[in-house]
Amino acid sequence: MSQKIKNLGKYKYRSVGKSVEKIDSISLSTGKAKFFADYIIPDTAHVKFLYSKHAHAEILSIDTTKAEKIDGVIYILHHENTEQIPHTTAGQGFPEPSPYDSVMFDKTMRFVGDKVAAVLAETPEIAEEACNKIKVKYKILPALFDYEIASDKGSPIIHCEKTKKYPIPIPYSPNLNIAAEVDINIGNLEEGLSESDYYFDETFYTHYSSHAMLEPHGVITYLDETGRLVIITATQVPFHVRRICAMVLNIPIKQIRVIKPRIGGGFGGKQEVFLEYIAALFTLKTNRPAKISLSRKDVFRSSRTRHPMRVNIRCGVKKNGHINAFCIDALMNTGAYGSHALTVLSNAGSKVLPLINKAEHQRFIGKSVYTNLPVGGAYRGYGATQSYFAVGQVMDIMARKLNIDLIEFYSQNNIKKGETSPIFEKLGEGKEGVKMIVESCGLEECIKKGVEAIDWYAKRDKQIEKNNKVHGVGMVCLMQGSGIPRIDMGSAYIKMNEDGSFNLHIGATDIGTGSDTILAQIAAEAIGTDIDEIIVLSSDTDLTPFDVGAYASSTTYISGQAVRKCGLKIKKQILEVASEITNQNIEELEILNKKVQWNNGSLDFSEICSYALYTNNQFQIQATASNISNTSPPPFSAHFAEVAVDKETGEIEIIKYVTTVDCGTAINPKLAEGQVEGAVVNGISWALTEEYRFNKQGGMINADFGRYKIYTSIDIPNMETILIPTHEPTGPYGAKSVSEIAINGPGPAIANAIYDAIGVRIHSLPIKPEKILELYNKKNN
Amino acid sequence: MKIKLYINNQLKNINIHEGETLLETLRNLGFTSVKYGCGTGDCGACIVLKNNVPVNSCQILTASVSDEKITTVEGISTINKPHIIQIELTKAGAIQCGYCTPAIVLCAYALLKENSNPSIDEIKGAISSNLCRCTGYIKIIEGIQNAAKLYSNLFQEDN
Repeated sequence: MSQKIKNLGKYKYRSVGKSVEKIDSISLSTGKAKFFADYIIPDTAHVKFLYSKHAHAEILSIDTTKAEKIDGVIYILHHENTEQIPHTTAGQGFPEPSPYDSVMFDKTMRFVGDKVAAVLAETPEIAEEACNKIKVKYKILPALFDYEIASDKGSPIIHCEKTKKYPIPIPYSPNLNIAAEVDINIGNLEEGLSESDYYFDETFYTHYSSHAMLEPHGVITYLDETGRLVIITATQVPFHVRRICAMVLNIPIKQIRVIKPRIGGGFGGKQEVFLEYIAALFTLKTNRPAKISLSRKDVFRSSRTRHPMRVNIRCGVKKNGHINAFCIDALMNTGAYGSHALTVLSNAGSKVLPLINKAEHQRFIGKSVYTNLPVGGAYRGYGATQSYFAVGQVMDIMARKLNIDLIEFYSQNNIKKGETSPIFEKLGEGKEGVKMIVESCGLEECIKKGVEAIDWYAKRDKQIEKNNKVHGVGMVCLMQGSGIPRIDMGSAYIKMNEDGSFNLHIGATDIGTGSDTILAQIAAEAIGTDIDEIIVLSSDTDLTPFDVGAYASSTTYISGQAVRKCGLKIKKQILEVASEITNQNIEELEILNKKVQWNNGSLDFSEICSYALYTNNQFQIQATASNISNTSPPPFSAHFAEVAVDKETGEIEIIKYVTTVDCGTAINPKLAEGQVEGAVVNGISWALTEEYRFNKQGGMINADFGRYKIYTSIDIPNMETILIPTHEPTGPYGAKSVSEIAINGPGPAIANAIYDAIGVRIHSLPIKPEKILELYNKKNN
Repeated sequence: MKIKLYINNQLKNINIHEGETLLETLRNLGFTSVKYGCGTGDCGACIVLKNNVPVNSCQILTASVSDEKITTVEGISTINKPHIIQIELTKAGAIQCGYCTPAIVLCAYALLKENSNPSIDEIKGAISSNLCRCTGYIKIIEGIQNAAKLYSNLFQEDN
């Protein structure tokens, strides 16, 4: 512990900065913790879906007669008996920066996995059987699978209906399959490019991937004893679920209570609202509790994915190593619907360009296009991941051309503390961004520590060969954000109990990240008590105050500050009561170790709360606080990979992977490390092995973990994670975000290391041995 | 059909439907530590011990195990009396969403029962059927290592 305190420098805390045990760990590991599927509601009926087998088709007729006759079938929903209320399934703030292009059940099917109908039955097996008995006549329409030709003349148009539009003014041209467009200019790009000494033009491709959270999506709905609709759902966004369900079901928000149980991982995949309103409608129609439990195959083919992206970079650099012009041109495949079509796209610029803020001339051009393929959505890294695969390699390409060490090249061009970028102000989330200055930046230290840990200078450009394998090292620098400024809001409520314990109620949504724990740590710190004295209740729309939910790397920074403010209000009330009891001036009192102390005495918290509740001027010690931020301080990170490439087979082995991260104060270092390690392994797995494979009809052919390969314990490389403490003045106890940033590194760091080893540049993911071999052989022939 | 089942050292007489998997049976009986993750035997979230050997319960018909000894995490711990493996996983920060954890605990339990001094590779091998998307496995391996180190004679009383 002394080490931790030392690392924090002058900021010495009681709870913050300590690796306290995650408060739900024992409950989870003993199997007591309840996920949605563990709630037993008597008389629950089960939902199964009939999915479209066609990538693009119009339903001419739907006949449910045979299905309805099956014993145990209760109700069937499809486009003819449900309301067509346009909405977005993206669980974002309101009004959402995503197009309203979805309805509960549509007449047009737009991808293999689109929902034709849903059956409610006594058992899942009966529901499944009934789905197979529904007769559907389709008119097959030409399908669009190549997103690079989506706007070309003659390409099939995927969304023709006039009802489709954004709830906010955003360039939207569904007649050209364009789901969103962005164009931001700083300076004059073409002029800048012409003034540069070297010019580069490189294009990179990133691919589909599944969040692969271990718990598939699911929901249980029922009517409570007062007739209100209760939704227990595996979600990252309970308050957005309530709002979107109210809209799509056309019932008042006050009729709905959303409860978030324990969640088996999300990574963005559960920031979507596409199941809850269907279960809810069954419940409203039949009075029966309804349960949807997606199969893994359903998750792969019908839920959400990481948007594939083509990223073209044109940039110019001066002989002295100064990047003076930089343009990212991103074309994003949003799939059949435009969930997060604008904001994931925008983040490919807004979370990347500010890192190289010295360039006088910058441009971000972005276009999201519809295709008849699976739907993109929020996915950890959120567009930045796709963009860094390109930018991280272009930095390497430029440094090599100039014959400058990549480390020096980054140091020369990276953003520094006290600096800004015009991108912060110009490129926001559906509107202009927010001007801000970087007030904490540990990137230089991240680079320094990473260089030491990987032993950069002993290995870079050395092409050391052992057993027909050539070794190489690569690196990349990254930034992300901490919440969406002036949009994301979190709030907290705390009350005190007469034994000196506290109830902390937060809207913030723990999906396995540990936010319940770190928010309890922040509350304990602010009040001056132990984390054991904090009883956490989170994410119940009836019982906890609002929070936007678990996304945009916002919880620690945004919700954490709300908890801190709330805790400080509680502390003030405790001191006021103590002052009344003791007749001491408040200034002479201080809180230490669950006691109020003064010169020659002390009072236990329990005595203070008992007095407040029972003795004199009785009242409840309680407080609420909300928090938004005018800024979104970036966490920074540097990633280093050492690989060994087999020249005969193209196979690569990651010898070592080093991640250094500046997340400000790590509220709980172990949990912060866990976020980084999980993100890195997910990033490596995405870069090397994960892949959606499609048949000619646009159907995914490897929708199971046997054929969609995610990393296991025996696949992981030797990894080192180093947290670099800084103090972010706008964050709770100096904290910034940590959850997303580290997934952006493995793609470019590994690709740069492969180049260092065998001189082959990887322009598309995944990096498979056959691809490396082909490029290597081409280069040498 | 009616069958007998030995779960966590208790004999249960139960009714199952034709083709019922052990995963369904256990969850219906309230052993909700056993999780559905894929249904194809690829993710390990449904792993239980059959005669102390980890098996994917989604791939086993309940009718086929009526004479076998089935152990779930409820059989080796309670929330008030967690097993040392659970305590050490907690201390290591190895539990994030926790969906894969009960199965990993069982795999570690089976490993340590056979081998109280496993190498890192042996630990990795023991949990290689358990997918975890949250942690990157590092802290899980560390937690199991610590459990092994601290209590190398942990399972003597059981044997």
